[in-house]
Amino acid sequence: MEFELFHRYGPALLRGFGVTILCWVAGSIGGIVLGFAIACLYRWSWRPVRWLLQAYVELIRGTPFMIQLFILYYGGPYVGLVLSPVQAGILSFVIYGSPYFSEIFRSGFGSIPEGQIEAARCVGLGEAAILRRIVLPQMLVLITAPLTNFIIILSKETAILSVVTVPELLYETQTMAAETFTYVEPFLVLSLCYWLLVVLTSWLGQKVEHRVTRHLRRANA
Amino acid sequence: MDFSFKVILHNLPFLLAAAKWTLLISVAGMAISIFLGIFICAARISRAAWLRRAAAVYISFFRGVPLLVQLLVFFYMLPHVGIDLPAMAAAILAVGMCSAAYTAEILRGALQAIPAGQTEAADALGMSPVWLWRRILVPQALRLGMPSLVNELILLVKVSSLASVVGIGELTRVAQNITGQTYRPLEVYIAAAAIYFLINLVISQLGRVAERRLQLN
Repeated sequence: MEFELFHRYGPALLRGFGVTILCWVAGSIGGIVLGFAIACLYRWSWRPVRWLLQAYVELIRGTPFMIQLFILYYGGPYVGLVLSPVQAGILSFVIYGSPYFSEIFRSGFGSIPEGQIEAARCVGLGEAAILRRIVLPQMLVLITAPLTNFIIILSKETAILSVVTVPELLYETQTMAAETFTYVEPFLVLSLCYWLLVVLTSWLGQKVEHRVTRHLRRANA
Repeated sequence: MDFSFKVILHNLPFLLAAAKWTLLISVAGMAISIFLGIFICAARISRAAWLRRAAAVYISFFRGVPLLVQLLVFFYMLPHVGIDLPAMAAAILAVGMCSAAYTAEILRGALQAIPAGQTEAADALGMSPVWLWRRILVPQALRLGMPSLVNELILLVKVSSLASVVGIGELTRVAQNITGQTYRPLEVYIAAAAIYFLINLVISQLGRVAERRLQLN
């Protein structure tokens, strides 16, 4: 093991890790926002719009991420969309994640008994208040675990961004491996970094879950 | 270089033959994922602390380690302890067991959303735990978790492409081979993507049907 190599390549790896985290966090947040918007639109709009949204979900969810990334990055310039690698990475992440997130939110909406929503309307709550005070708190119980799952999956999919030369963790690791002919040390560090992200995410997921299930524990006590 | 449908037509039989292996890995992996996922989920919320801890370790291992590494462990490391799996079995097991960790978490989230009063009522009626799970908890958890489960199963179809590293000629590997021979990546990969898309479309439609069937009214 030659860990002295990290004196030279450490900063590059750290920068790569930073880019990985940037793409992952920005992509997840964008995906969640877009996914939530899709799920809301799906719930409260006319049938033709729903068909369009469903077609979008099936199309994006059904095709491999790498191919979407290729089309956006190499095909984009043909329609005047010239993106830097990092921009393409974040945008493709937002698009790729949104159908998965929207399906998770749809399952959350489906878990709330209609009677509760009707009752809320009867006592004069507005639609926004119903969403915020009745639907969201209850659906978070159901969807926190799948949301955590998918955010973890996204963290590992960032590695694919290296194929369009986004200078993220895998890209920097491969560069180091190719220049020094060492493979074990760089990839060991790479695994540790991803593992750190996963542990952090599942820990955060547990915290959120603990908080959103408060009302259940109080009722059972 | 213009888009050539001839390349796609010429190579479609090879792609479809490879898609058979993708399908086999996916379907067998799904069966393991759901079946094992139910048990891990049950262990994760059981009253016995050691079961809970074992399930938590399982989940953090299979979610935390990249599937590629798991696959290599199944194929190259298990023979050292006397378990010699054929490549196909190793691929199916790795994909299924990894996915089971995610399935277990999805089901756990869904179980929490089922009102505790139902479990108490079943207890009060003298229902045995096995019946409670079979008749009350599992059907409802599957209904609530169905969209997330379909998400997971679709991801499973796509990660089956990793099976190529243990020498299985599944869809992605064959598409790579054809690209190597024809120098037509765009056409070949679009064709491969279309096949993945069709498989996933079937899964998501089945999921919608199941969701409707499991609906309360």
